Amino acid sequence: MSDTISEMKNITKTFPGVKALNNVNFKVKDGEIHALVGENGAGKSTLMKVLSGVYPHGTYTGDIIYKNKVCEFKDIKDSEALGIVIIHQELALIPYLSIAENIFMGNEQAKSGVINWNDTITRTRELLEKVGLEESPKTLITNIGVGKQQLVEIAKALSKKVKLLILDEPTAALNEDDSENLLNLLLEFKKQGISSILISHKLNEVSKVADSITILRDGATIETLNVEKDQITEDRIIKGMVGRDLVHRFPHRDVPVGEIMFEVKNWNVYHPLHEDRKIIDDVSFNIRKGEVVGIAGLMGSGRTELAMSIFGRSYGKKFSGQVFKNGQEIFPTNVNKAIDNGIAYVTEDRKNYGLILIDDIKRNHSLVNLKKISKNYIVNENLEILEAENYRKKLNIKCSSILQKTVNLSGGNQQKVVLSKWIFAEPDILILDEPTRGIDVGAKYEIYTIINQLAAEGKGILLISSELPEILGMSDRVYVMSEGKITGELSREDASQEAIMKHVINQKQGVM
Amino acid sequence: METLKQMFKNNIRQYGMLIALAVIMIFFQIVSGGVLLRPLNVTNLILQNAYILVLAIGMLLVIVAFHIDLSVGSVAAFIGALAGVFMVTWKMNFIAGIILSLVIGGLVGAWQGWWVAYLKIPAFIVTLGGMLIFRGLTMVTLNGTSLSPFPEGFQKIASGFIPDFFGGKGIHITTLIVGVIATIIYIFYELMNRKTQKKYNFEVVPMGFLIAKIVLISAAVNLFTYSLAAYKGIPNVLILLTILIAIYTFVTTKTVVGRHIYALGGNEKAAKLSGVKTQRIVFWVFVNMGVMSALSGLVFTARLNAATPKAGNGFELLAIASCFIGGASTAGGIGTVMGAIIGGLVMGVMNNGMSLMGVGIDWQQAINGMVLLLAVAFDTFTKSKAS
Repeated sequence: MSDTISEMKNITKTFPGVKALNNVNFKVKDGEIHALVGENGAGKSTLMKVLSGVYPHGTYTGDIIYKNKVCEFKDIKDSEALGIVIIHQELALIPYLSIAENIFMGNEQAKSGVINWNDTITRTRELLEKVGLEESPKTLITNIGVGKQQLVEIAKALSKKVKLLILDEPTAALNEDDSENLLNLLLEFKKQGISSILISHKLNEVSKVADSITILRDGATIETLNVEKDQITEDRIIKGMVGRDLVHRFPHRDVPVGEIMFEVKNWNVYHPLHEDRKIIDDVSFNIRKGEVVGIAGLMGSGRTELAMSIFGRSYGKKFSGQVFKNGQEIFPTNVNKAIDNGIAYVTEDRKNYGLILIDDIKRNHSLVNLKKISKNYIVNENLEILEAENYRKKLNIKCSSILQKTVNLSGGNQQKVVLSKWIFAEPDILILDEPTRGIDVGAKYEIYTIINQLAAEGKGILLISSELPEILGMSDRVYVMSEGKITGELSREDASQEAIMKHVINQKQGVM
Repeated sequence: METLKQMFKNNIRQYGMLIALAVIMIFFQIVSGGVLLRPLNVTNLILQNAYILVLAIGMLLVIVAFHIDLSVGSVAAFIGALAGVFMVTWKMNFIAGIILSLVIGGLVGAWQGWWVAYLKIPAFIVTLGGMLIFRGLTMVTLNGTSLSPFPEGFQKIASGFIPDFFGGKGIHITTLIVGVIATIIYIFYELMNRKTQKKYNFEVVPMGFLIAKIVLISAAVNLFTYSLAAYKGIPNVLILLTILIAIYTFVTTKTVVGRHIYALGGNEKAAKLSGVKTQRIVFWVFVNMGVMSALSGLVFTARLNAATPKAGNGFELLAIASCFIGGASTAGGIGTVMGAIIGGLVMGVMNNGMSLMGVGIDWQQAINGMVLLLAVAFDTFTKSKAS
């Protein structure tokens, strides 16, 4: 057992309504780079948060064995004391402090509360040299790029005498050179006896640096592959990540698809702050009457940005391209015009962008279409109650009454309220952004049923989802998005998880 | 019944403050030996607090929209000073003077609203600046002195009473009639409301409850008007207040614009994605606040019968405190006009009661502070318990 640095045994972790991890076993050998792969929502980040004490002992079941000792981490400090350091997907650096200050944040080089700056700077220099970052320790974080920030995070980890380094999608935001640089650094660490766990979607990177690969799916370990022994190809990994029974998870839909009702042509959008960064690159797509069109792609591939930029230019700057509805060009240049043109956007972030949490169900329900229940700008509250009650029954929203505040509803029911609000707006095109994120299987099925009803009513639906089975189970047609471009269009027959992943990954590798 | 319970729960804060107000009134009525609710004192209570209540109404909208306005006291003083220039120095007709003052108030609000809504400068900063700017301009306008006297018609706004058309002796008959008419309108409204609710097949309050409510409110209204009638009748400023409360209650609860203000304060991002024109609404909320500040300044100036450089000192804090005591949320999106009025009255009655008991202004201020703290703490605790 001495060659195993850490082992997680039968880890089960539940969130309200969702089982995120189910009896997961995960073993990392001393001095290896171990890749952890799986779809979005497979439980990779959750597993790593358990290992690093972000989720403290007691909030999960199962054992963590580190260096042959059972550990019960109360918080992240406990795990760091033993040399386990996690670097999250969203970097935890403070932008207006210097590199040195960030590296020793919470671990200040101080005597009785007074910081020894000379010591801090000297040690920072040493660490920066180790990670190959040529910057002054006094440079502010905000003034260096993401790639360099990533290196600062790693230097910070080194300052804590790391033995096991966990990196959650470290290269997601990096360009080729920076990614290359970072992977070489991991190989360098390996020589020095530091083990790493690498969560990544970029399978080419994984097969390049990893010694072992563990595949997670739906919160369970599928298999652990040994790179040296097993013949590992990307197809082999993809197969492990996907491939499951799709029957019965999605309600049947038999809706004839009509003519094209909504079309976007050559759509370009730039970043709202960095105006030279193109976020959406020459995207064209269309939706037919009664059709559910899926948009697949990884997080950060520009799906939400595409949807929001079309929905009244709610995201981005310097727009170009055309939008057509029923063959006529329309100009949804603000949210009101988008709504008036029959476009609805159901956000992926229902708590921040979808609901007024302190308001009750009925007020949330009627917000977009107060016109329908008012005369001369005066709201008829009785009619409002009737309509909300009607939709509560129709969408089966479970609540004590429509006067219940939405903050107290479960995720699935909150999602239904957001849907009810947009269906009440009587749109022709519904853009559903991750409509089932974070909700349990039963509620998911109900939402799929609602989507099918909407399609049957002749509405066009754009379904954005990170869950490939959902995309495949629900869509008549699938577009694949990667790095702001549409990289593939697949018919229902051609669409498979492997085919979609290939379109995603080819783009990532720059192979078209 | 479930719905009614929920309805009560959602409004528990307001009922709580109403009960608190009643308890405070009874307490001071007893300890002051019945002076508090004497006709003269009731009238004084209204005259003393009207200008704060006017501000509280405007402030409520600002706070619901998740902003703040620290400049209202200074703006009130500035408009008072301008009114002095118009009416005292230039001898302008007082109605023209009032209209011009209100328009300037609106422009002041537009100035601040533009910075807040379109340039995204935090309202705290914009109005803190405004507080200094308009206090300074007040002193510039008045040149360090006071302006008086104002035309008699103008003074009547704050110190006049409605005429008695029936020439009652010792008792103001018109006032009594107004009270009775108000009661009839109220009962009619309640019954109509019940009828429509039945038409829509909603649960209605049991008849017993409704009758108890009607009796209680009718009694309170008529006792109040009787008390006013026993002195000089209804003050003009009370008419003004009643109209403002009615209009703003209606706007905040029944109109699309009202809904949009609450939605914007509750979650600006979600409101924006739902088609609420957030910038425009914030702008107009500040314009409205400017007009209300002007109105408050005019009432205060009329009451003093002088435009003074120190007018309106600390008004902003009293108006803000009224809103929070009355249940408005510091996080925006929650609050009612009636709540703000009740909050203002709680402070007004307490100050008046303490004055009657001979408690000095120093202690009054300290106790006001405690009330604000406890009211909001109560709110926070009940909320965290609920969730």
